[in-house]
Amino acid sequence: MKFGVVVFPGSNCDHDAFYAIASVLHKPVEFIWHQSEDLMNCDAIVLPGGFAYGDYLRTGAIARFSPVMKSVERFANSGGIVLGICNGFQILLEAGLLPGAMMRNSGLRYICRHVHLRVEEADTPFTNAAQKGQILRIPIAHNDGNYNVDEATLAELESNRQIIFRYTTPDGSDDASGNPNGSMASIAGICNRERNVAGLMPHPERAVESALDSADGLVIFQSMIEALVGAAKATA
Amino acid sequence: MATAPTEIKVTPEIAAEHGLTSEEYVRVRKILGRDPNITELGIFSVMWSEHCSYKSSKVHLKRLPTRGKLVVQGPGENAGVVDIGDGLVAAFKIESHNHPSYVEPFQGATTGVGGILRDIFTMGARPIAVLDSLRFGEIVASRTTSEEEAARNRRILDGVIRGVANYGNCFGVPTVGGEVGFEPCYSQNPLVNALALGIARKEEIFLAKAKGIGNPVIYVGAKTGRDGIHGASLLASAEFTEESQQKRPNVQVGDPFMEKLLLEACIEAMHTGAVVAIQDMGAAGLTCSTMEMASRGGTGIEIDLAKVPQRESGMTPYEIMLSESQERMLLVAEKGREREVLDVFKKWGLDAVVVGSVTEGGIAKVLHHGQVAAEIPAHPLAEEGPIYQRPISQPPLRRETPSDWFVFKAGTTNFTENFKKLLASPAISSKRWITEQYDTMVRTNTLAGPGASDAAVIRIKDPQTGEVKRALALSTDGNGRWCHLNPRLGAMHAVAEAARNVAASGARPIAATNCLNFGSPEKPEVMWQFSEAIDGLKVACEELGTPITGGNVSFYNETLGKSIYPTPVIGMLGIIDDASHALKLGFREKGDLIVLLDGAGSAAATPSPANLAQEFSSSEYSKTIAQIVAGEPPQIDLAAEKRLQQMLLALASESLVQSVHDISDGGIAVTLAECCFAAPGLSASVSLEGAEPPGEHALFNERGARAVVSVKSSLLARVLDSARQYGVAAHQIGQVTRDKRFRIQYKGSAAIDSPLDVLRDVWAHSLERALNTR
Repeated sequence: MKFGVVVFPGSNCDHDAFYAIASVLHKPVEFIWHQSEDLMNCDAIVLPGGFAYGDYLRTGAIARFSPVMKSVERFANSGGIVLGICNGFQILLEAGLLPGAMMRNSGLRYICRHVHLRVEEADTPFTNAAQKGQILRIPIAHNDGNYNVDEATLAELESNRQIIFRYTTPDGSDDASGNPNGSMASIAGICNRERNVAGLMPHPERAVESALDSADGLVIFQSMIEALVGAAKATA
Repeated sequence: MATAPTEIKVTPEIAAEHGLTSEEYVRVRKILGRDPNITELGIFSVMWSEHCSYKSSKVHLKRLPTRGKLVVQGPGENAGVVDIGDGLVAAFKIESHNHPSYVEPFQGATTGVGGILRDIFTMGARPIAVLDSLRFGEIVASRTTSEEEAARNRRILDGVIRGVANYGNCFGVPTVGGEVGFEPCYSQNPLVNALALGIARKEEIFLAKAKGIGNPVIYVGAKTGRDGIHGASLLASAEFTEESQQKRPNVQVGDPFMEKLLLEACIEAMHTGAVVAIQDMGAAGLTCSTMEMASRGGTGIEIDLAKVPQRESGMTPYEIMLSESQERMLLVAEKGREREVLDVFKKWGLDAVVVGSVTEGGIAKVLHHGQVAAEIPAHPLAEEGPIYQRPISQPPLRRETPSDWFVFKAGTTNFTENFKKLLASPAISSKRWITEQYDTMVRTNTLAGPGASDAAVIRIKDPQTGEVKRALALSTDGNGRWCHLNPRLGAMHAVAEAARNVAASGARPIAATNCLNFGSPEKPEVMWQFSEAIDGLKVACEELGTPITGGNVSFYNETLGKSIYPTPVIGMLGIIDDASHALKLGFREKGDLIVLLDGAGSAAATPSPANLAQEFSSSEYSKTIAQIVAGEPPQIDLAAEKRLQQMLLALASESLVQSVHDISDGGIAVTLAECCFAAPGLSASVSLEGAEPPGEHALFNERGARAVVSVKSSLLARVLDSARQYGVAAHQIGQVTRDKRFRIQYKGSAAIDSPLDVLRDVWAHSLERALNTR
């Protein structure tokens, strides 16, 4: 099992994702340079947070054209596990691997703080180690996390159970005070219909040790590890 | 000498327009042995500007202690460097960007952060934290501040915060702390002081000394444009007038994305082993970097401006040399290995061009299309500039009588209501609205971000293994109001408070950096303030064992002839040997005992009633409740500070306490409330029966060397033992509760008694409410 963390120019959470996987979870991990089309036989790809290509034009709009994304698309389309965190999520939206778009936060300001997420679906490679309804305390840090999508697609996301994380209050209610950025339907993270590609705005890699105030993000990486172990067994 | 065809003839008048005095111009002619051409005049004028040459401050800065066991690099390089153990060093420095932030708040603040980050990674250190010490005019209209002025101050604050946030967030360095202060004197002259911290392996530290005759000089990073010309000399080295807004074109424009690429590329290039020296282009751009590298290395340098990547066409040598375009570096590579260096920058998509070479003989020669644009002996230019012993005169003593001072009215005062006003004041209220706009967590090292502990705490991951052992703590402090009332005492308090904050987080203070914000050095009374402040810093830093390893001086902080309060800001660095021993300020558990520690010991002298009123008139309470700013800062006892700090370190390393919070702005009442605000669900019930009257003084005085700790009852005896051992007075004053009310008893009745949620609400939201008014 090997993870790959893509490095775009301007990625700045690449080292944090790498550290969480290598030093906290003790799993093999490699950096993948944005100009490389070689995914180095990685079994799961993480698109990290940051400001890829300076986020000029629109968040993720330039990154989707980088050579590595051609390979990531092929990998995703053949069932490979891809997780986009924050800017990585924005890139997946621009690349069309996930539906929808990001708008500026409703308060028109960058927000960095811990928020609460509710795990909405536990049958994905990103949540299978969690319980449905489990509350995770994980930080956000973004300017553009206000998820938006047309109504028909939203209905599809709902009916296909593709909304895997929603913002919530500490006790798990649907009260609007739990939504930090105005995101539609309090969406914090979604997956594709095939469930192998997911994106979320919160940063699980920042919540992997109690010294960092929360270790609730671990369950997302542990889910991916379990999914990879399961897949390896299935093919063995 | 061949000259450019459209050469302007330099006259003493043109020299004066460049800010050079007639004596300085004579000196220029003596160094050159002839008249300078216009490019050379421009070079001299920026190099000898106050901002770059420290000509008015040098004679005083010499008095500061700069050496210590752990100091690897003191003042004079891009940043100070200290040994933090295990083969690692920390590079850190604070720098001002005040004037640009007034003229264009967003860009002024971004380029302030960008500049200090470059200073750190120029040394080979990867930046791991930024702190910002900010001062603004009043943001709420009052008797002394019109609504128009308050609105302008809010706009400046908003631009500065967005600027600081934008740069750090995109660059990928956490903004973990700092402070924000408000006084009317900063209304047309805000202070934006940015501190950056980086770490490196000790043997990987880079210096800015050009070495090796024939080695290529390489320009890397952003292209040079016409922006920021004379930013250092005209903007930072003169006071403001009504026309200052027209200086907007002198402000540089920042691009954090470019800087992030520059960081990664520079660190990678340094690891090739082919880089000999490196210097960022900050103030005075290409001029400063070429001249200083040659001067420090004792060599000459030759560059060809035609090879410099340019954003605009038709730039003159004068413009290219003086541009302050951001995100540029100059480096010297080993001859024959330039390809390795150029390849790294190509990989990161950055311009990198060989523009010249290191030469023998000490002459800096600037060519442009085959013609000599400037030819100057580098060392005399960089090191033999003017040094001034500016006239100093103590301003007439303020003649104050008790009628100017705060009048204690303990018998008739509703302390609970006044306490709410204090908690709502911009100085004391929560800064969360600001700090949430900063990415405080990127790089996952932040053990204590803004407001979590008295100092920001950042753990150190081993660059190879990721293993965590140590942590570093950082605090910035500086009370301008106190320095205005007594610059020497105020400066001592700045050092003492910064060190106390660092110690409260569990860290041993080891070194400091300073940013000295003052008015015009041409005014003898400003120079008196400066000299006094330096003396205060010297005494306090020596006593507390924290040498100053660098920093910056910002003069000419005045608008329309009115100076700011003298504001020395101290950035204190400390080490925690075991990161798990870091302490936070919030209470932890119901039933824990609350203990007041006083480094002055039980024999603390009680001031006379008149002295008490004089001292209290400098407090936040006096300013907020009675609108009185007068008197003197509290007396300081550095030995008491040291005793308290040493005890706090012992408590942390033996894990004897649950929380620590020092007593500062707003006194013990504010300290206790903040301990509750940081601990959801917990409150405090406290009795201050032992405190000296009157009530205002007991609740809100700001004397130093004190802290509040919370202790598990089973460990109280050990804490009291420790206090005896260190000569610190320790009194149990209450306990942590799960009450909905917050109570402080004094003289047999509840002096402060309020639902905690009410207090929390005014404290948490006042700043936001003030800023959202239009």
